[in-house]
Amino acid sequence: MLKEPSAIPGFGLAFGYTLFYLGLIVLLPLSALVLEAAGLGLDGILRIASEPRVYAALRISFGLAFAAAIIDSVFGLLIAWVLVRYSFPGRKVIDAAVDLPFALPTAVAGIALATLYAPTGWLGGLFAAYGIKIAFTPLGILIALIFVGLPFTVRTVQPLVAEVDREVEEASATLGASRRQTLLRVILPIFAPAILTGFALAFARAVSEYGSVIFIAGNLPFVSEIAPQLIVIKLEEFDYRGATGIALIMLTLSFAILLAINLIQAWSRRRLGGV
Amino acid sequence: MDIRIVGVSKAFGRTGALRGLDLEISAGELIALLGPSGSGKTTLLRVIAGLEFPDTGQVYFGNEDATGLAVQERQIGFVFQHYALFKHMTVFDNIAYGLRVRRRGTATEIAARVGELLELVQLTDFAARHPRQLSGGQRQRVALARALAVDPRVLLLDEPFGALDAKIRRDLRRWLRELHDRTGHTTVFVTHDQEEAIELADRVAILNGGRIEQVGTADDIYDRPATAFVMSFVGDTSAIPVGFDGHRPSFEGRAFDTCLLGPHRGPGLFYVRPRDVEVTAPEAAAITGKVRTVHRTATGLRTQISPGTTDTLIEIELDSSAKVKAGSQVGLRFLRGRLFGVRG
Ligand SMILES: Nc1ncnc2c1ncn2[C@@H]1O[C@H](COP(=O)(O)OP(=O)(O)OP(=O)(O)O)[C@@H](O)[C@H]1O
Ligand SMILES: [Mg+2]
Repeated sequence: MLKEPSAIPGFGLAFGYTLFYLGLIVLLPLSALVLEAAGLGLDGILRIASEPRVYAALRISFGLAFAAAIIDSVFGLLIAWVLVRYSFPGRKVIDAAVDLPFALPTAVAGIALATLYAPTGWLGGLFAAYGIKIAFTPLGILIALIFVGLPFTVRTVQPLVAEVDREVEEASATLGASRRQTLLRVILPIFAPAILTGFALAFARAVSEYGSVIFIAGNLPFVSEIAPQLIVIKLEEFDYRGATGIALIMLTLSFAILLAINLIQAWSRRRLGGV
Repeated sequence: MDIRIVGVSKAFGRTGALRGLDLEISAGELIALLGPSGSGKTTLLRVIAGLEFPDTGQVYFGNEDATGLAVQERQIGFVFQHYALFKHMTVFDNIAYGLRVRRRGTATEIAARVGELLELVQLTDFAARHPRQLSGGQRQRVALARALAVDPRVLLLDEPFGALDAKIRRDLRRWLRELHDRTGHTTVFVTHDQEEAIELADRVAILNGGRIEQVGTADDIYDRPATAFVMSFVGDTSAIPVGFDGHRPSFEGRAFDTCLLGPHRGPGLFYVRPRDVEVTAPEAAAITGKVRTVHRTATGLRTQISPGTTDTLIEIELDSSAKVKAGSQVGLRFLRGRLFGVRG
């Protein structure tokens, strides 16, 4: 079962603790949720899922989280690349700033973004002049989700960029590959597992994000209302069953997606020759 | 194809890595670039490859001015010291890479070519492995096959065996020489191992401070060193500051007989190899010295003798039967040596 001799003594003991903590910290609250939702039955849950407003909120939450995670993956790779490969004045400051979305209380980020992108804000005003509304639309939500997810994608790829030898790119060029071919055939495949990890983390964060979104979202049902917001609304209406139902649906979807990403990752790792 | 490097200079910030360097490499030859660390060997190789562009000067491939050509257009093969294999690809895919990105032939043709190369580097059974499952020597052979796949006009190797242990180094060296004799690629390889340069190369170029000190065969370099640097860099030497009385060099005012090689006649430094000094009884000798250390080597004895009053030390190699004791006074006879004027 244990692949290699490990620094942690006693597989049995370590494994036992792992299970215990996972159980206590992750599984216990989740099973409370499942138990609570069980009263609904599969029917009840499906009925909740097909409520138009719930369905719209779930689509907005997962769709925008997906889009934000993709955008974060692209720019995360770019930023990690620039931070590792180039030295320029202010590099350290930018490097430190990458973690800010992570460290900031989400409400602070939400207020900051809402102020910036509101039609009266700096950027919002600029776009408003061209008839583009950002705050209180899905676009606003997307921006908030991109904001909170960025540190995850940068930080997962960065160590790998530092590790991959520049000579590998040069080798590719000496063999006649264009920059594009080098990028597609050499660099991206090497980074794929790390990019996927970053994607998964950014996605998970974006799906669960609440604080920084509600200020900029405007929360219009069917347009810019995210699923966590709907849960809060249901709770405020004392509809605990409905809230738990949505929560359970989110949990199931998230878990399925993360599991899928993990499987893809295992597959791409194997292609790297069993890391 | 022959390669000409004309007046090439390259600076990184304030360090001049290459300083007005000229070199001609003839088609099909195997030439070694030998020099101390930081002398510009890698930079020169990268300039030939097109991985680095010179500040001034030209690089010609045959009659074509290749100075401005991008690395992709030069059709060279480059082997890096640390292999630089694509670790997410199998050995087969690594070797096929250049053929695929250049769209050289159909999948079957490429597979056939890769098969040939695998055979050439004796790795046929390893085609499906990933680089991390290979030893260092095997990885370097994959790197070599990968570079050879695209039929390079010139093969460039930067300390290809530098990361390997001594025994594998020697095997691979011999194997590379045989490979070169079979395929006949114009080959330039960098090393700072003299033995490797001498054993492997048709000609050796000695670099120092971004310039070429001498290019020639092993005999030229060893027996007819052009500069004091070459003399002291290749093989062991001791340098003795001498005056000159018109016929003979003199050390601390005492002239001594020797066979003077090389063109220089005048005061400067007298360079002598450890094998070219004899130890005699002190009474009869013009130069005497005190034995500082004696130690056993694989082939005999090595002793260091300090003549006169300065801190000059002379290295001497003797048969193991020779009777010298540390602390004793001995006479020195210089069979042959080479005079160089002091530079600058
Ligand atoms: N990319 C670079 N940036 C700055 N300086 C460099 C760079 N590449 C080389 N140099 C400098 O140029 C000089 C020559 O370097 P080069 O790598 O060509 O030496 P070398 O003969 O290959 O040495 P070694 O035997 O240690 O590999 C050195 O002083 C080195 O510090
Ligand atoms: Mg070097």
